[in-house]
Amino acid sequence: MIVGDWRPATVSEVADVTPTARVLRITVPGWPGSEPGQHVDVRLTAEDGYQAVRSYSLGSYGGGDTIELAVDEVPDGEVSPYLVRDVQPGDMLEVKGPLGGYFVWRPGGVNPVQLIAGGSGIVPLAAMAKARADAGTGPPFRLLYSVRRPESAIYRDELERLAGDGGVNLTWVYTRGGPPGWTGRVGRIDDEVIASTVWPVDQMPDVFVCGPTSFVEQVADALVRLGHPPAKIRTERFGGA
Amino acid sequence: MRAENARSVVDGNAIAGLLAELFTQDMTMMTGTCGGCGAQAPFAHNVVELDETAAIVRCRSCTHTLFTVLRDGETLRLRIGSLVALEAP
Amino acid sequence: MAVFSRGFGARRRESDERLPPGQYLTEDFPVLSAGPTPRVEPAEWRFTIRNENGDATSWTWDEFMALPIEEITTDIHCVTRWSKLGTHWRGVSIDTLFEGVETDAGYAMAHSYGGYTTNVPMEDLLDGKSWVVFEFEGEPLDPEHGGPARLIVPHLYFWKSAKWVRGLTLMDEDAPGFWEQNGYNMHGDPWTEERYW
Repeated sequence: MIVGDWRPATVSEVADVTPTARVLRITVPGWPGSEPGQHVDVRLTAEDGYQAVRSYSLGSYGGGDTIELAVDEVPDGEVSPYLVRDVQPGDMLEVKGPLGGYFVWRPGGVNPVQLIAGGSGIVPLAAMAKARADAGTGPPFRLLYSVRRPESAIYRDELERLAGDGGVNLTWVYTRGGPPGWTGRVGRIDDEVIASTVWPVDQMPDVFVCGPTSFVEQVADALVRLGHPPAKIRTERFGGA
Repeated sequence: MRAENARSVVDGNAIAGLLAELFTQDMTMMTGTCGGCGAQAPFAHNVVELDETAAIVRCRSCTHTLFTVLRDGETLRLRIGSLVALEAP
Repeated sequence: MAVFSRGFGARRRESDERLPPGQYLTEDFPVLSAGPTPRVEPAEWRFTIRNENGDATSWTWDEFMALPIEEITTDIHCVTRWSKLGTHWRGVSIDTLFEGVETDAGYAMAHSYGGYTTNVPMEDLLDGKSWVVFEFEGEPLDPEHGGPARLIVPHLYFWKSAKWVRGLTLMDEDAPGFWEQNGYNMHGDPWTEERYW
């Protein structure tokens, strides 16, 4: 896989999707296309030449010149507040990618697929779910998405729509509070939640887990405790809590 | 290349772009063998401690440093530690 | 042709005045030789400075303890920008040790029990910049942390601060520290050692 150098790119659309997150659509002339689950490195250069580089997963997949990222603002961060609050259509940045062949869903498998997302970890998994839905056929998908509250969920509407169409079986976990009228469980994912929502071990699911490092480790440990072979679990950790 | 915090603990996926400056192909899928404990794992699987100046890549099984990528301005340095073998998947 | 991002840069992290500005990398990357943590009894401990002509000046542990001892409070910085601020040590200043030593050498090679070596320019050792220390945070320096005595050169990245130091060999020309090619064993590689502070 050829990864290439920095490509100049222009922000074409921004959309505030949660109180702290924004989806950006970026036009990258010559974009070679990407597989579901891949990411890009984004480089910003200030007028005095100061540069910063950050990695962001792609919420989009496939060809075309436009890619989509979702950025969640990190308090006191250096780059995310700029991307979430300041950047406007027409602004320029540089993109390197697509990157990462490990954390990718490729069609053609027969085993069911389990996606488990924590917070902004949903982004690459949403790309996978969209790809599966667009394909129309393939292994069944389940998505377990852990968020603080409904309004903190990135891609909430898109995922609900995919679930409604039968493209993915969606289970929400709310760690701080549910939607109005919610009588379900509120709290962090634990072994019980995983055991009751994830594909059973004997179905030999391909599992993708993405989110903050501590979330991923906790979930991966639980999966292994439940009997899922480590080789069937692919993980991607974001920095931070 | 770097997560938002001063020093983040992530995994090999996070340095796919950084390694692309050293290698022409995607390294996250390459299987590395740790000289400390013999464990074999895809690069994506390793523990990576990441900030602006360095990415320290450690074996998830035994924590020995497999290799480190250091950035000195424009220059990258790769220091190999416990990594004893690299294979395509 | 640079691509500038309008308005970016306002929130760059202001560098903490106490942390090193930017990077400080040397060409060296010594690896500790294979083997267990050196355990040296004070009765057998020696510290030797050998100048570029081969003339040696040595101290036993008792002679060393009779030298002027200083209290040092300093910040130590790991190569990955990890810093430990306000650490407390007790030891003998390198300036004190060099009082009787005749030399024009520009460089020193620090040697340690166990075979570790690391090179440091003289200008980074002298004028209050380094010490041979034997106490950390009020306690005798334990072997895992380089005891009975180690070199500390706080303004350089911490892996220049040779553990289990036994002496300095002075050199006219800079030379990299020697590291073993055979029996290459990552026990105690510098990158993991510093984690345990």
